[in-house]
Amino acid sequence: MTRLYTVNTASEIAERIYEFWIRAPQVARNARAGQFLILRIDEQGERIPLTISAVNGDAVRVVFMAVGKTTQHLATLKAGDALADVVGPLGKPSEIENFGTACVVGGGAGIACLPIIARELKEAGNHVIGIIGARNAGLLILEDEMREICDELFITTDDGSKGFHGYAADVLKRELDHRTIDRVWIIGPAIMMKVTSAATVPYGVKTFVSLNPIMVDGTGMCGSCRVTVGGETKFACVDGPEFDAHQVDFVELMQRQRIYTDQEKAAVERFAEHTCRCGEGGHHHG
Amino acid sequence: MADRAADVRVRDFKEVDLGMTVDEAIAEAERCLQCKKPLCVAGCPVCIDIPGFIAEVAEGNFRKAAAIVKEQNMLPAICGRVCPQETQCEGVCILGKKETAIRIGALERFVADWEQQNGLVSPEKAEPTGKRVAVVGSGPAGITAAAELARAGHAVTIFESLHEAGGVLTYGIPAFRLPKEIVKTEIDQVLEMGVGLKKNYLVGRSLSAADLLKYDAVFLATGAGLPSFMGIPGENLPGVYSANEFLTRVNLMHADRFPVFDTPVKHGARVAVVGGGNVAMDAARVARRLGAKVTLIYRRREEDMPARLAEVHHAKEEGIEFATCTNPTRIIGDQFVTGIECVKMTMCKLDASGRPSPQEEKGSEFTLDVDMVIIAIGTSPNPLLVSLIPGLERTRKGNVVVDENGKTSIPHVYAGGDIATGAATVIEAMGTAKKAAAAINRMLREE
Ligand SMILES: Cc1cc2nc3c(=O)[nH]c(=O)nc-3n(C[C@H](O)[C@H](O)[C@H](O)COP(=O)(O)OP(=O)(O)OC[C@H]3O[C@@H](n4cnc5c(N)ncnc54)[C@H](O)[C@@H]3O)c2cc1C
Ligand SMILES: Cc1cc2nc3c(=O)[nH]c(=O)nc-3n(C[C@H](O)[C@H](O)[C@H](O)COP(=O)(O)OP(=O)(O)OC[C@H]3O[C@@H](n4cnc5c(N)ncnc54)[C@H](O)[C@@H]3O)c2cc1C
Ligand code: SF4
Ligand code: FES
Repeated sequence: MTRLYTVNTASEIAERIYEFWIRAPQVARNARAGQFLILRIDEQGERIPLTISAVNGDAVRVVFMAVGKTTQHLATLKAGDALADVVGPLGKPSEIENFGTACVVGGGAGIACLPIIARELKEAGNHVIGIIGARNAGLLILEDEMREICDELFITTDDGSKGFHGYAADVLKRELDHRTIDRVWIIGPAIMMKVTSAATVPYGVKTFVSLNPIMVDGTGMCGSCRVTVGGETKFACVDGPEFDAHQVDFVELMQRQRIYTDQEKAAVERFAEHTCRCGEGGHHHG
Repeated sequence: MADRAADVRVRDFKEVDLGMTVDEAIAEAERCLQCKKPLCVAGCPVCIDIPGFIAEVAEGNFRKAAAIVKEQNMLPAICGRVCPQETQCEGVCILGKKETAIRIGALERFVADWEQQNGLVSPEKAEPTGKRVAVVGSGPAGITAAAELARAGHAVTIFESLHEAGGVLTYGIPAFRLPKEIVKTEIDQVLEMGVGLKKNYLVGRSLSAADLLKYDAVFLATGAGLPSFMGIPGENLPGVYSANEFLTRVNLMHADRFPVFDTPVKHGARVAVVGGGNVAMDAARVARRLGAKVTLIYRRREEDMPARLAEVHHAKEEGIEFATCTNPTRIIGDQFVTGIECVKMTMCKLDASGRPSPQEEKGSEFTLDVDMVIIAIGTSPNPLLVSLIPGLERTRKGNVVVDENGKTSIPHVYAGGDIATGAATVIEAMGTAKKAAAAINRMLREE
């Protein structure tokens, strides 16, 4: 088989958070801020969506947290390994214009989605504020890169080990109190997006979040990714993944993210037992 | 021709229908009257020379029979299994008036299976024309058009967004009705004619619409993949699937073999499937094979169901319960589905299409306790790519507008299959693809 999709570089950039550059020319050629790709590690693999975090030549960068079976498996791959499939770019690009002042807010691995958006906002002429938050200093990622792109960068940690002691929402509120911000993007775990986007409601600032429901095809064919936005059912893979934060039914989103909790647990346990799939007609990588 | 016993087959995904033996096929073929004006051919959307191939079967010339079928149909093993013959060739066969119609579908399948086991008949190809044609979508419409265009000597590339070719044949129709090796063999024979296949390409995203239009001709065959929902409360509860999602998880991602394959699917203990077409039957029978007790909810009568007769029959044999003249009004649950509330329907006056139109019966509400619901009430054209092509005319329902040759409102762009007709059948998709391919060929030759 031809190896169309190879891992060019693979590194752990914080505890359980990995940065991969993957060769995928047709994705790299067309990728814009806000879009994602779907990859499948091997013939037995599931299709998982990951946001496109940066583009360079014919390669794209993804940053992911090793949470379950597939992302843990992905984390074991090394430079030179091949992936079975990469499809993208998927989803609608972010709506980027010159708004004046724009703010991008990221939590945990969600920070990975910000550089490409911040860069496009900057290129469109905006004054760009970045707010990045993590549980502690060790989990903070892409700080240098964000500092280079943004006009201002604020850092928050839940435990106060770096920057502001508290949540990204607190810093966002503080900034909204004393200046005009015209657009806000918030990306992170669903609960973080829910809480943080509530902060912009009183100021009437249009706010986008990037939703991460469970997906299968990513092309609008299965409906797995359906989310309720403004009372209407939308398919996050083709209508999103970015939506108006103030219209999103986060409770439903979080409920749907838990559909396979039992199976996911079983899969992780099984993966821990035998990381090598010999004897099952599986494959060996490397 | 025999079906595997229902209580055995519900435990696996192997083929239900075992096909004809050589003796059965010859005996059946000998019954054909070889009509001078064969009605069966007129009933076939791709006009296979039916008496011609049947005559060869009667003589035991199976290779010759295969070659005759393939003149018009490159996917006979697929069509022989899934075509609704009772409303097409067999429905009009003259013998059906007096005794039983010739079992044309079973014979087509017999010939195709014989050919797969004894070496494929490959069609001849014209000299290269130097023209490049892009085909978007690798379902039956895309594959058929690609085969016809490659035969005519054009350089054809198929783009497919998924990681496997075949469209609904691969992700939708389950293996117990259409084994995946059969689909793969028939598609591979088309690729072996020199047709290129680029998988993992979502055209409109991985290839821009502008780049697509740089080809000498384009054939759009993106299907009708967008699932419809009912718009009733509770539809987004965990445990409610579209048939497409449920079938894709099992057929394409092999979720029935989780955790050997990584994609999960819920195995309901009591499952409700809403709908009465082939898709609903397939979803119900897959859920059955995953161990569920299944109730099929359909708002009209059984005789109004659009599914193939054989599949309704198979579903019943496999123990699927039918709740006909019943319409769901609400899906109940807190964290997960626990039930589906329905109302009985009475069939009153005939509607415009001559079918009785269902009306709700007052006070007939009842609740079925289920832990999973699968919605199979239809799909609409996949809007992504076609909405990105400026000036491409579409109907209110989203179908691409085409003339009788599959030509769209944009020069050099043709369309066929479900994207043009709305959800239809494999053979109809192939029929429209053949017409469009012929028109593309004429256009490219005239230039
Ligand atoms: C548009 C989009 C962009 C995303 N971008 C990133 C990213 O840049 N970095 C990152 O770390 N994660 C991202 N995710 C989430 C990522 O896809 C999941 O973490 C991953 O699928 C988990 O797979 P797993 O087998 O390792 O974990 P599992 O054990 O299967 O699941 C852990 C959790 O991940 C979620 N999940 C599981 N399967 C899927 C699936 N097929 N699609 C979406 N979510 C799923 C569920 O909420 C689940 O509870 C994104 C999701 C979406 C929809
Ligand atoms: C469960 C089920 C059972 C059925 N049973 C029967 C049956 O028994 N008999 C029968 O005759 N018919 C049956 N049908 C209907 C039949 O399968 C369809 O009418 C037929 O497949 C339509 O063919 P198509 O080529 O137009 O589209 P499809 O088969 O839908 O193929 C379209 C392809 O295009 C791809 N695609 C879409 N958008 C893009 C894009 N932008 N870029 C690249 N690729 C793209 C899709 O991934 C897909 O592979 C059934 C349908 C279903 C869902
Ligand atoms: S109509 Fe029936 S009997 Fe006549 S040629 Fe066709 S299959 Fe044979
Ligand atoms: S992931 Fe299937 S429709 Fe969005």
